[in-house]
Amino acid sequence: MSSYRIQGTTGEWEVVIGLEVHAQVTSKSKLFSGAAASFGAEPNTQVSLIDAAMPGMLPVPNAECIRQAVRTGLAIDAQINRWSRFDRKNYFYADLPQGYQISQLYHPLVGEGHLEIDADEKAGILEAKRIGVERIHVEQDAGKLMHDQHPTRSYVDLNRSGVALMEIVSRPDMTSPAEAGAYLRKLRAILRYVGSCDGNMEEGSMRADVNVSVRRAGEELGTRTETKNVNSVRFVMQAIEHEANRQVDVLEAGGKIVQETRLFNPDTGTTRSMRSKEDAHDYRYFPDPDLLPLELTEAFVEECRASLPELPDAKRARYVETLGISAYNAAVLTAEVETARWFEALLNEGAEAKQASNWVMSELFGALNRLGKSIEDSPVSPSNAAELLKLVTDGTLSGSLAKQVFEKMLETGDSAGTIVERDGLKQTSDTGAIEAVIADVLAKNPGQLEQYRSGKEALFGFFVGQTMKAMAGKANPAVVNELLKKALG
Amino acid sequence: MTNLTDLGIAAIRDGFKAGDFSARDVASAFNDAVAGARALNAFIVETPEIALAAADQADKDRAAGTLKPLSGVPIGMKDLFATKDVQTTAASHILEGFVPQYESTVSGKLWNAGAGMLGKLNLDQFAMGSSNETSFFGNVISPWRRNNGDTAALAPGGSSGGTSSAIAARLVPGATGTDTGGSIRQPAAFTGISGIKPTYGRCSRWGIVAFASSLDQAGPMARDVRDCAILLENMAGFDPKDSTSLDLAVPNWEAALSSDLKGKRVGIPKEYRVDGMPAEIDALWEQGISWLKDAGAEIVNVSLPHTQYALPAYYIIAPAEASSNLARYDGVRYGLRDLPDGANLQDMYAATRAAGFGDEVKRRILIGTYVLSAGFYDAYYTQAQKVRTLIARDFEQAWEKCDLLLTPTAPSAAFGLGEKSDDPLAMYLNDVFTVPTSLAGLPAMSVPGGLDAQGLPLGLQIIGKALDEQTVLNAGLAIEERAGFTARADKWW
Repeated sequence: MSSYRIQGTTGEWEVVIGLEVHAQVTSKSKLFSGAAASFGAEPNTQVSLIDAAMPGMLPVPNAECIRQAVRTGLAIDAQINRWSRFDRKNYFYADLPQGYQISQLYHPLVGEGHLEIDADEKAGILEAKRIGVERIHVEQDAGKLMHDQHPTRSYVDLNRSGVALMEIVSRPDMTSPAEAGAYLRKLRAILRYVGSCDGNMEEGSMRADVNVSVRRAGEELGTRTETKNVNSVRFVMQAIEHEANRQVDVLEAGGKIVQETRLFNPDTGTTRSMRSKEDAHDYRYFPDPDLLPLELTEAFVEECRASLPELPDAKRARYVETLGISAYNAAVLTAEVETARWFEALLNEGAEAKQASNWVMSELFGALNRLGKSIEDSPVSPSNAAELLKLVTDGTLSGSLAKQVFEKMLETGDSAGTIVERDGLKQTSDTGAIEAVIADVLAKNPGQLEQYRSGKEALFGFFVGQTMKAMAGKANPAVVNELLKKALG
Repeated sequence: MTNLTDLGIAAIRDGFKAGDFSARDVASAFNDAVAGARALNAFIVETPEIALAAADQADKDRAAGTLKPLSGVPIGMKDLFATKDVQTTAASHILEGFVPQYESTVSGKLWNAGAGMLGKLNLDQFAMGSSNETSFFGNVISPWRRNNGDTAALAPGGSSGGTSSAIAARLVPGATGTDTGGSIRQPAAFTGISGIKPTYGRCSRWGIVAFASSLDQAGPMARDVRDCAILLENMAGFDPKDSTSLDLAVPNWEAALSSDLKGKRVGIPKEYRVDGMPAEIDALWEQGISWLKDAGAEIVNVSLPHTQYALPAYYIIAPAEASSNLARYDGVRYGLRDLPDGANLQDMYAATRAAGFGDEVKRRILIGTYVLSAGFYDAYYTQAQKVRTLIARDFEQAWEKCDLLLTPTAPSAAFGLGEKSDDPLAMYLNDVFTVPTSLAGLPAMSVPGGLDAQGLPLGLQIIGKALDEQTVLNAGLAIEERAGFTARADKWW
């Protein structure tokens, strides 16, 4: 249980949250047609006869979409149902050419599973927590209506019509916006590791329906509302925050929560009623008679299992236990598949794990942040970075020289070795030269010298700094330390 | 010289191959017959140029020695099959003017086999009906008339009524039908021709306007059993575009035709003796039994105990599927759009569908919507599916005692147009003998057995085991040989 509570005027309230995440399956073609499923094409250019629901057209399941959903199920340790079935969800809308969505109500492809969210004290998540996933089923996406093309008419773009979605339904196991956020981020990470969904919430390839209810501690579950189609982690957290507080206000004023569908307004961070249960559609679900039940062989499921990559939790544990990386670094480096991929490429180039992890966390992330770039677009490649780290390890570069070299690498794209040679940035351990500079520094700063000798030892750093500065940062800091100690007596 | 329109499929194929006549002569003769029979209203669209083009190609192919199985044979196409560049309506207003950019798998196979298209045949709207009175394009009239001088227009059966009428009137030598609950067999029986509904999954449903997906099955209709076998061979086959299509080789049904039924056991299901069935139909059934005995078969009595529940179950399942299958006709993308002034989307749906669908289609959409609704689903749809399972089991159990079943095709001969159109339940009863087979997905055929006292044809139905079309065809042939059915409608049109 998280520490999150809503303080009402009459006492504390707990929040109960469940999420239904719609994740677009990464696949070249749609769930039941051969049309392309890529994002951003000109309207109605990726529409087959089936997607447009022409008379007599029939769906044929795309094995790749099924495979991706099974792999996703395996990645959250879920039951894979070797027998599942497609159902039709019937309703009329202009973005739904068939007049029904092919989905799976009664017999989903993937059953019970779970994932772990990490402790995050700052966010009020006191310990790691397992969040249950009730089911994953596959279904068709609808098309898109465009209301801004004409003053009185709406236009329909069917490019997305028939694209495969996984609906991932959590248990109502989350009790704070932070937990919901952590669940979404973790789920997104797993999907991206598995490669079954690109997790791109801006392009709509991942969106969440948010179920929220409130109750007083120890009481039965309250009536829930469902806020539809929220498309970022931050918005999901905002929607929960707002919706939970709204429900508390209603209840404390003596009102009742109506089971209803609500819409989130990202501009105001609030939710509003879309339709109540009374106006809810009767979807008249029934098994799709155009499709046979989906029966999976054990070999197919095993092939899916064997194709799974190392997943974030396992990877993080390995980083800590086998590579000796700090828990915090390991968590950050494994949170996104691209980061882990880049980091492992760096290790494959021969970098030492701990040194590399610290460098990535501080230097690389700092630089990328400054440049506004993601790690896939890093101007410095893993092999160039490995060369830079090697120059530090073998004493060619000091830490501060390495920073300078790295800056130049970012600017020019040249390799560390080239920059060191060209700009003469090698560090020196020449004791004679260093001693001469130290003597000069001491001579120029008699006041500080006297204070140091009378006990103000903190000034040691000042002399190190002056010496390094005088040597343009190229002196070996260990040698400088040693010689300074000697000179200062 | 023979009248070319008196020839069936095999005779045209063989005569053309032998050089007795050209394909163009055949196509022209049938084109003329079609053009001269508009009183029957059997066609929604006539396509004489397409028939001639196919014929010219066949004549070239014959000269080049590259004949195909149906070279020189013109046929009719039920207007439920999508035909590229030719209007396809399902006999509905909502699809009036709809011209597909694609060809249904079954029609495409027939054209690839060398057949030519004489036109698109009328039918009950969306294949819903048993009398061809629900077509937006008007009733089809049977070429048959009662022998008492009465000129009342008779029903050709339905839903493949344009097909049955056109074959019986010799406007086409054969044509496609589709059968959901009897739509091939009942019209065949009403018009004195043959028709077979193969095992569900034999023929691809891709490109056939859907009525009830789990029941719809294409099949041929023609003047005799051999012609049905020839057409079916060129219609059946696995289609990866239809998930319910059977991935099996197509047998050479024609080559294996044999009316010798030695060793075959024919089951007579007692539940098919229904109250109020005309004595003539009962008598024909007895006659059929003796013919099959004569062909060497052994007769056994069997029971299909759940038969009485088949019709109610069918009239839940088929409308349920139809209510969903027909949701795509919404005025948004193709077909009719009725957009009253100031209409919003819901108004457009309502206006389009109100204007675009006929009464029988609306009736079935409403029934289907009702039985799938929350609170009624289990009582109707789930229950009907259970009945369907029991009916399939009835047949499975019967197969322990016999290899095929013989029953009447329909409980009456053709009735007059308008006689039953005000009473949907009476109309639905027409399917009482054909529906159980459809629910079980089994192959079944109707062959003409004789005439009733009014001079109207009566049909016998042969039902076979799944995938055993051969035995069904063979038994049909045995009856055909013994019945010697040569009656034809006198030309009045």
